[in-house]
Amino acid sequence: MTSGPPAARTDSYYGRPIIKAPSWAPHDIAGYFFLGGLAGAGSVLAAGAHLTGRPTTAKALKVSSLAAVSLSAAALIHDLGRPSRFPNMLRVFKPTSPMSMGSWLLSAYGPAAGAAALTSVTGLLPRAGASATAAAAVLGPVLATYTAVLAADTAVPAWHGAHRELPYLFAASATAAASGMALVTGPLRENTPARYGAVVAAVGEDAALRAAERRLGSVAVTYREGRAGRLMRAARALTAAGTAGAVLFGHRSRTAAATAGIALLAGSVCTRFGVFAAGIASAEDPAHTVGPQREAVARRTTLSQ
Amino acid sequence: MRDDLFSGPEPDPARDAGHQDAPERVGFFTDTSVCIGCKACEVACKEWNAIPEDGMSLTGMSYDNTGGLGASTWRHVAFVEQPVPAGRTELPVVEPDTRAEGEAADSGMRWLMSSDVCKHCTHAACLDVCPTGSLFRTEFGTVVVQEDICNGCGVCVPACPYGVIEQRPTDGRAFKCTLCYDRLGAGQEPACAKACPTESIQFGPLDELRERAALRVDQLHEAGVTEARLYGHAPDNGVGGDGAFFLLLDEPEVYGLPPDPVVTTRDLGAMWRHAGLAALSLAAGAALSFALPALTRTKGPR
Repeated sequence: MTSGPPAARTDSYYGRPIIKAPSWAPHDIAGYFFLGGLAGAGSVLAAGAHLTGRPTTAKALKVSSLAAVSLSAAALIHDLGRPSRFPNMLRVFKPTSPMSMGSWLLSAYGPAAGAAALTSVTGLLPRAGASATAAAAVLGPVLATYTAVLAADTAVPAWHGAHRELPYLFAASATAAASGMALVTGPLRENTPARYGAVVAAVGEDAALRAAERRLGSVAVTYREGRAGRLMRAARALTAAGTAGAVLFGHRSRTAAATAGIALLAGSVCTRFGVFAAGIASAEDPAHTVGPQREAVARRTTLSQ
Repeated sequence: MRDDLFSGPEPDPARDAGHQDAPERVGFFTDTSVCIGCKACEVACKEWNAIPEDGMSLTGMSYDNTGGLGASTWRHVAFVEQPVPAGRTELPVVEPDTRAEGEAADSGMRWLMSSDVCKHCTHAACLDVCPTGSLFRTEFGTVVVQEDICNGCGVCVPACPYGVIEQRPTDGRAFKCTLCYDRLGAGQEPACAKACPTESIQFGPLDELRERAALRVDQLHEAGVTEARLYGHAPDNGVGGDGAFFLLLDEPEVYGLPPDPVVTTRDLGAMWRHAGLAALSLAAGAALSFALPALTRTKGPR
């Protein structure tokens, strides 16, 4: 080694990142992804339970959706640089901004979820409660998947590169979380749909993640290494264990069903924090910005020849 | 079909943003071949815009102790120290060459210096994703943050394909170069261009700058500096052309610039479509979870 300043690498400016990683706190924003998913998919399962005569599960999921959406809004506000200016989010209606669309969505979904939960708990205004349940179930899936656009509509290689697959991953992860919540809170005689839901979610999540990694090419390594890799492996193990537990023992034992449900919820948390960590890792390494862009240039050059 | 609103050539962004009597679009042409790394632009920018200091540390990597653009650095001079590429021609800056034979030419190293700045993209991702309308397009075609609106959501930060805009930790809001919006309004050129002693930073109407830049590249190529190339000038690039573009002497990534940046909004239609389909698949999955047990129950023994 020679002394003196390190020579500039030819593929970057002294190894410094090219794009800036978001300064979002993981527990706020990855937490927001998870809670939005739990609330949104929970409202769908709640409506299903409501319609098919599973009142205990329906009530529990409505309450958990209200709690989750309240916490998610709190997390979003907490992460602002100027929390007192949160109302500025509703200053414009801007379809090019996923954050703007999400704010409007939250302000429509939140009251619906709130009304669904309150009428269910109090037993008052059953007809209004049914409409609120239906409204929350219509908006819920969008709440669960729009956060994927929020992440993907950036220059972050691990998120933008997977912009086609990320919404499906988030939809599956949200279904896993809501199925988990239904297993934790619902009685055995009501939990069959939640067990099916867990299977659908586990299969969907695995397929979406594989498709995303195929698409990402060299950037996929950010989902396999470091903090993101540990989280994604934990997510896979927890989701698989939770699904297996739910299918095999979820209809026999209340304890088994609740344990499986907790595993599914934890798996969904790990998936969201894992995706978040992969994005940060991909933003911090200039190779993940330069590599795919060089490939795009090369493809264009080949095409034009 | 490409969505012309979100990507591709866009001749008049100011008028498209609603400025009826917009003046000519202005910008920067930064000719790094004559940059001497004096950092007068960094200082002038800090002074004029009253930007706070952002760390008095030494990077230990070169004469660049600024590091990069950020919330409190709106001009950044990069110092690239690299081995002289094979077959390189000396820049015809000083003539005739009066140095002692072989004195500096044999060091085997060269410096590239470049003053980086916000690109004021034609299709600006930061502006597109801003949920409050704080980021807006000025009548000059530039992109500016309204600090009295910004609530520090931070989504513009990862949206920028150049890593320019940033939240100031002590403040929470996002900040970046305004192309001296206040000075433009008064008919003045931006502080950095005013302070540049070598005219490396040139300010003016963008069309005129593009012509001037093309001539300069030809001139350098004729002088044997074949590695000279323009960066960000083309109206059909991934961001619809940069309002601030550069003449570089090496690959963009060597200067910390992305080789092929794309405005993320180009893919927004696909993203919303997939989010919609994913939402439908979530509903379908849930419906299946309720339908299957009902079906198996009716078929199976009671």
